[in-house]
Amino acid sequence: MNTVKLALLASAALGLNAQVPIDRIVNSAKDPANWLTYSGNTLGHRHSALDQLTPLNVSGLHVKWAYQFDLDRTEVSPIVADGVMYVTAPNMAAALDLRTGRELWKWHRPIPKDFEPIGFGRVNRGPAILDGRLFVATLDCYLVALDIKSGIERWSTKVEDYHVGYSMTLAPLVVKDKVLVGVSGGEAGIRGFVDAYDAATGNRAWRFWSVPANGEPGNESWSGDSWKTGGGSTWVTGSWDPESNLVYWGIGNPGPDWNGDNRRGDNLYTCSLVALDGNTGELKWHFQFTPHDTHDWDSTHVPVLLDAEVRGVKRRLVAVANRNAFYYVLDRTTGQFVAGKQYATQTWSKGLDDNGHAVALPGTEPNEAGILVRPNLNGSTVWFSPSWSPKTNLFYVAVREIGSIYYKREADYKPGTFFAGGGESKVPNEEPKGAIRALDATTGTLRWEFPMFSAPWSGVLSTGGGLVFSGSDEGNFFALNASTGRPVWQFQTGGKIAANPISFGMDGKQYVAMAAGRVLYVFGL
Amino acid sequence: MASLALAQSPPAADTGKKIFESQCALCHGQNGGGGRGPSLLRPKLDKAPDEAALRGVIENGIPPEMPGAWQLHPREVAALAGYVKALGAQPVEAIPGDPARGVQVYQRSGCPGCHIVDGQGEGLGPELSTIGSRRNAAYLRSTVLRPADGLPDNFHYVSIQLSKGSAIKGIRVNEDSFTIQIKDARGLFHSFEKSDIKELKPLPKETPMPSYEKTLSASDLDDLVAYLAARRVK
Repeated sequence: MNTVKLALLASAALGLNAQVPIDRIVNSAKDPANWLTYSGNTLGHRHSALDQLTPLNVSGLHVKWAYQFDLDRTEVSPIVADGVMYVTAPNMAAALDLRTGRELWKWHRPIPKDFEPIGFGRVNRGPAILDGRLFVATLDCYLVALDIKSGIERWSTKVEDYHVGYSMTLAPLVVKDKVLVGVSGGEAGIRGFVDAYDAATGNRAWRFWSVPANGEPGNESWSGDSWKTGGGSTWVTGSWDPESNLVYWGIGNPGPDWNGDNRRGDNLYTCSLVALDGNTGELKWHFQFTPHDTHDWDSTHVPVLLDAEVRGVKRRLVAVANRNAFYYVLDRTTGQFVAGKQYATQTWSKGLDDNGHAVALPGTEPNEAGILVRPNLNGSTVWFSPSWSPKTNLFYVAVREIGSIYYKREADYKPGTFFAGGGESKVPNEEPKGAIRALDATTGTLRWEFPMFSAPWSGVLSTGGGLVFSGSDEGNFFALNASTGRPVWQFQTGGKIAANPISFGMDGKQYVAMAAGRVLYVFGL
Repeated sequence: MASLALAQSPPAADTGKKIFESQCALCHGQNGGGGRGPSLLRPKLDKAPDEAALRGVIENGIPPEMPGAWQLHPREVAALAGYVKALGAQPVEAIPGDPARGVQVYQRSGCPGCHIVDGQGEGLGPELSTIGSRRNAAYLRSTVLRPADGLPDNFHYVSIQLSKGSAIKGIRVNEDSFTIQIKDARGLFHSFEKSDIKELKPLPKETPMPSYEKTLSASDLDDLVAYLAARRVK
């Protein structure tokens, strides 16, 4: 009797703590009032099924509350769970009352004085949640688990040594009972990886090295010892298909960035998408978008997992709008190329061949004198998220139309310093432009475009009510008609927007949240 | 002066250049002209007004964006600071003309009607209090004669035709994907929604500044340029 009673009590207590079990995250489509993982679901859609806001009523959207960060900018994509919003900044996390934005708790971890970001900003793009824990990746390369009720640390695990250039800015990804992270440091000659940690203990479950070591398949794509400083950062959150338990992760540029002389070969798995076994981290397949990259075109994008008909056959697909200006659709079981198309201006490639490999034009590599190539090093799109709507089967992406002058220089590896081998300059008298483009998700064909005044740094959210939200460098947070691209609402936030929008529900009403400058805004009718 | 010092110690100059190109150019551009970071082609940097401050900025960085080069030896920092300083040094030009007489030319030619110097004048055009630190004499001379040549990258003169019929020209003050703000020839601000605009046309070869090619004598021009070139950061 007593034993049974105790067991029941224990499970009840566990039930209370287990506020966001994995089943809720996997079935997030049934729970659109909450936003439980970086992209809204594990498939990378950044789509809210909520349909209360529509092109007809969105003009009534206004600010409900705002939260100001201590830093002067934020790139956060919040998590919303059960009346609480969780936000992060570099080495900081906070729980906010969803109704008012007032802080419920705040956690802070000092940034070491000798920490230096090499090639990126001091930012954090959001937390992850599982059961009663919030997971935060820190600049000094620790993964920390916080109690969601108090903000007290449950555990913290050193992922790698920041002194040699490793760092983390991404939102972790929860995969079953594990928390996955990737690292920044592609300009510092790191050797990249994707790591999985046991969510309960913080013990490392597996590591996938994005640059294979001597003797491993793929290492032959690196000349000499160049793989040891080969880059392959993994700094943008991946996606997860719970059905197959495959994890999809984008891999960054090879190092040194702009000088490929000492790393002859394709430099696997840089500038690739990899599919990994969620239990073991074993590589299932890879697809390299830009072999032997010399333009810093990381393939670090949120992979979008979608099911759609291709030539009459239902296919399980993964779609990526790549930094190199091409849109790719792959079979996500095999990695086989299905379709692809150029979606932004580029001058480096003749186009995709039948296997989806971009054919590089001669004379487009960086050189001593400098050479103009499009897109620029940040690419046609970069870390900010695209969106896919199951209602329209359109892939929405914020596009940067900008070139740069690429230079090649010597690169000497010295741990913890720039290992870039060159750089870029602005194109004189160029006013970079931008756009939100809607592509047919299965073919990449352009359906509509909303032209923008400048090259954006903002992700895209689509909603069940037929809206697409995004932001501009000049601070406009705006909504477009998801079917036509016509602007239907905009608000001047007063700060540069470099973040991803989300949507959630509360008391039967739909809200949209977007960070701009140092402020997180929440909008409602 | 800085370029002279560098010329006397070529190894240090080369060190500075090499470090700059490998460590700094990612943000500041290969030639120092800027990119993600600001242009360094200026005699006086906002965050590093003198060489000691410049060395400090190089060593400690400017949080949160610019990393400090803590790994560099003080000798390397000094070489780099020398190189950066040389980037922004305007060569000392031999400028004909008399700055004192140039003040008179400036006043009687109507320049204060559009430019402010030391708090005096109207604020339609750029402030000229320290213009000699930003522009050399050749540029100043050419601008006075042919203002539409060599307009700065960030200057945009536009014409706006509204759907309702009226039209206006002005200097673009700010613009985004939905709105534009301009300043007209009287210095008045106007703000428009792009949805109300029928045509927004850039006027790349126009400026409200008149040409003084036909109105200034050669000696007046020399004096005016000498006056403007002498307006330097103290």
